[in-house]
Amino acid sequence: MADAAIPTASHVLNLPHPLQLDGGQSLPGAQVAYETVGTLNAEKSNAVLVFHALTMDQHILSPHPKTGKPGWWAKSIGPGNVIDTDRHFLICANVLGGCMGSTGPASMAPDGAPYAMRFPVITIRDMVRAQVALLDALGIEQLHAVVGGSMGGMQALSFAANWPERTRAALVIASTARHSAQNIAFHEVGRQAIMADPKWKGGDYYGGKGPDNGLAVARMAAHITYLSEEGMHEKFGRKLQDRPDGTKGEKTFGFDAEFQVESYLRHQGLSFTDRFDANSYLYITRAMDYFDLAEEHGGRLAQAFAGATARFCLVSFDTDWLYPTMESRTIAHALNAAGAPVSFVELSAPFGHDSFLLDVPALDRVIAGFLGQ
Amino acid sequence: MNGLRPDLAIIAQNVAPSSRALDVGCGDGALMAELRDTRQVDARGLELDPHNVALCVGKGLSVMQGDADADLADYPDASFDYAILSQTLQTTKRPDQVLDELLRVGRKAFVSFPNFAHWKVRASLLWNGRMPVTRLLPIAWYETPNIHHVTVRDFRELVAQKGYRVEGEWFLLGDKRIGPAAAAWRAEHAVFLLSR
Repeated sequence: MADAAIPTASHVLNLPHPLQLDGGQSLPGAQVAYETVGTLNAEKSNAVLVFHALTMDQHILSPHPKTGKPGWWAKSIGPGNVIDTDRHFLICANVLGGCMGSTGPASMAPDGAPYAMRFPVITIRDMVRAQVALLDALGIEQLHAVVGGSMGGMQALSFAANWPERTRAALVIASTARHSAQNIAFHEVGRQAIMADPKWKGGDYYGGKGPDNGLAVARMAAHITYLSEEGMHEKFGRKLQDRPDGTKGEKTFGFDAEFQVESYLRHQGLSFTDRFDANSYLYITRAMDYFDLAEEHGGRLAQAFAGATARFCLVSFDTDWLYPTMESRTIAHALNAAGAPVSFVELSAPFGHDSFLLDVPALDRVIAGFLGQ
Repeated sequence: MNGLRPDLAIIAQNVAPSSRALDVGCGDGALMAELRDTRQVDARGLELDPHNVALCVGKGLSVMQGDADADLADYPDASFDYAILSQTLQTTKRPDQVLDELLRVGRKAFVSFPNFAHWKVRASLLWNGRMPVTRLLPIAWYETPNIHHVTVRDFRELVAQKGYRVEGEWFLLGDKRIGPAAAAWRAEHAVFLLSR
């Protein structure tokens, strides 16, 4: 594979200082696991910080260590590709609270036992703080750009609003400046599913079987919000699963996964439990629910960007009902009101919220054009 | 002006350097890029077609996807020195209201449009009794985006009614500038600079 030629490396940084968190607590000895792709130039001016979404991780290019699947943005990364590794040095860090090497609820607390629910509740800004500390450690004062989709977009917005001098550009895809009641509601269904699983045990399940059933249901509910009604209809319709012996599926008047959509969701839920920690899911969804960029800045979103000098680009998708176009427009208007250079585009794609991860040529053009500047 | 459309070239030559301009219906951003690169203008754009927005982003331009009828309302009063509307007025639902919005958002406004009273258009109607299909109006009546055809005289009258001032006017026949004499029927294309 040509990817072998792209310098890719995995690292873990021990943060030199305790992280001061929005919740008032201080987190000592935190670690940040990150992947780098490409080569940092001598001026350290070509770095692009990629923020990952809720259930992704730092593996943007390298295969996922648990699933063996290619990195979640591998299709777009490479020499001359949408994200051009000949020009840019990519950094992607597992978020604080995550479960792929950065400190989270599954990590050992100073007393030698896993934090579990003793882990402090964190915010999107706390996740960004940890990554700013990473940039400090790497000696990168100003990024070429920050980029993120969904929760990654929230981090990109938080970064550009709170550390405006540290990036020259911000690309925010399928995201929002605050979680809506509906967003919070869906997350709460997921959290309750986890907590209702007897194997959750108040979060103290490490060393034994975790609340896989609850986590799988959480993933199933969330996964529905990532797809469009039209996309689901096209993919599954009312089609029935073939029987295990290969004969055509028929209704059995029972409760097995007969519809293909049921079978698909169950598979999504189950496979998720192989790679994700249930407590991490609780903490990260909580951080997203707390996200309200305007609230952090006196209730006015434009105020959040008062010091912003970066170029901004916001992209939404017409079938995304999780973070609909209106959310991106609101951000773009706030940036306009703050006088920041901002572009906004709503792209047409059939895949709902997930469009930001899938094959949408129009998105590739926007990303390549914006980062190529 | 390396290949800039003639009406855009006229606008580019008459925008004050280092000003702020909003190009409404900016297309692929040719005018904005010209204004930025040769006159240090802080140019912003509004464009309906996402493909065009992507092209603009690729040129480092700042463009919002949106349309003249609905989305000008989001811009504060006098936030630009110029609002520019080139070959778009005749496609809007309410050209009169769009004109008001242009001169609310911009202190001055450039408006360019194909002149529906050009003699070829008149001849087509007079001799053939048909809606014209010409170089500047190349699409048949049933599918043209030009839903509000306007003539130089109509436009002047609307401007006068609204009490706006004409600060400059330019007329084009093909790619050539022509004088204002008999422009009402000789000009294929008109460019106006207006102020409140």
